[in-house]
Amino acid sequence: MQLTLSNLAVARGGVTVLQGLSFTLAPGKALILRGPNGSGKTTLLRTLAGLQPPASGSFDLPPDAVAYAAHADGLKSTLTVVENLTFWASIYGGPPIDHALHALDLVALSRRRAGELSAGQKRRLGLARLLVTGRPLWLLDEPTVSLDVASVALFARVVRQHLAAGGLAVIATHVDLGLPEAQVLDLEPHRARLIAQDGFDEAFA
Amino acid sequence: MKALLLRDLRLAIRTGGGFGLGLAFFFLLSVLVPLGVGPEGGILARIAPGILWIGALLACLLSLDRIFALDHEDGSLDLLATAPIPLEAVVALKALAHWLVTGLPLTLVAPVLAVFLNLPPAGYPWLMISLILGTPALSVIGAFGAALTVGLRRGGLLLSLLVLPLYVPTLIFGAEVIRRGAETMSLATPLALLAAISLGAVALLPFAAAAAIRVNLR
Repeated sequence: MQLTLSNLAVARGGVTVLQGLSFTLAPGKALILRGPNGSGKTTLLRTLAGLQPPASGSFDLPPDAVAYAAHADGLKSTLTVVENLTFWASIYGGPPIDHALHALDLVALSRRRAGELSAGQKRRLGLARLLVTGRPLWLLDEPTVSLDVASVALFARVVRQHLAAGGLAVIATHVDLGLPEAQVLDLEPHRARLIAQDGFDEAFA
Repeated sequence: MKALLLRDLRLAIRTGGGFGLGLAFFFLLSVLVPLGVGPEGGILARIAPGILWIGALLACLLSLDRIFALDHEDGSLDLLATAPIPLEAVVALKALAHWLVTGLPLTLVAPVLAVFLNLPPAGYPWLMISLILGTPALSVIGAFGAALTVGLRRGGLLLSLLVLPLYVPTLIFGAEVIRRGAETMSLATPLALLAAISLGAVALLPFAAAAAIRVNLR
């Protein structure tokens, strides 16, 4: 599978934030989105995840290909680590959770409740969810928030394994993930120009 | 899909809140009304069907905003919307889970509370039948209301305003079934209408609720 964007524009709250996005991402490749706050990275990822329609243009994806990791991890604080992961695994019908627990170093925490984990541990659990979905395209929104250096390296290794197995990843991040082979897309040239603000005179005319 | 149902039930039981609160509210109302109205049996017996249904309805309302709001807060709703399960099924399962932890327990304890309200003996079977037929509509209509208000902060009041008018037909026909049952009159018409409201709501509203969630997630 591959991800193809053709002249895609995305809108947040009815205002177009990014336009003219065209690229193709081949299997085994990662794409890193760079741009200042508010430049539309999250909006683009949500559009690709199918949570909102594109403002114009289109993108091409096979159905049921996407695993989306948002700012919020989607964890239930009263369920244990294993229960949280098992739930997502059975929703997606993905592989067993043992591999995911090992890959993100969660084995020792597996019986703890998610509410008792630290922010970084919660984040690791949220990322472990990606592995149990069995989906080829990962859409990652600031995946390294609250992770320490060792965990970032751990996560980079997980992403690299995913790519080596023919997966794809689109990552919005400000941190260097240590993926030198990844393509970088600078969103600055694609930012939609805001219409000149004439003030509110019209409203009072 | 079973996993989603089991998770919601487990959360409802572990977090308390929704599960116990509705029952406790129902219990309190049924105990307080006889104290307020006074010990005269005739009046209590006459108002018992209405009080029991209003109690069930308000108890149901208490936990409605939890159906989607908690999942929206922790990001699960975004992830469920991109999961392979259709959103309509997610809504239906969540409404079912809500019914299992509110409507069903309310139905089971209602005969005990009807004793406080001096319901005539002939009314007891119809009390349970009307609640078991009518409470699914409460959960599904409530899930629709919760879907409409999902992105709003403190949407609870708006949710009540949206949902309570939609509960009116269920309330009218539900109470009517018990009243006629207690007086051993013919009750085929209200019973059929009560069942029709529930079946119609269960068949249609998951689609409306899923559409509302899609719009709210944008």
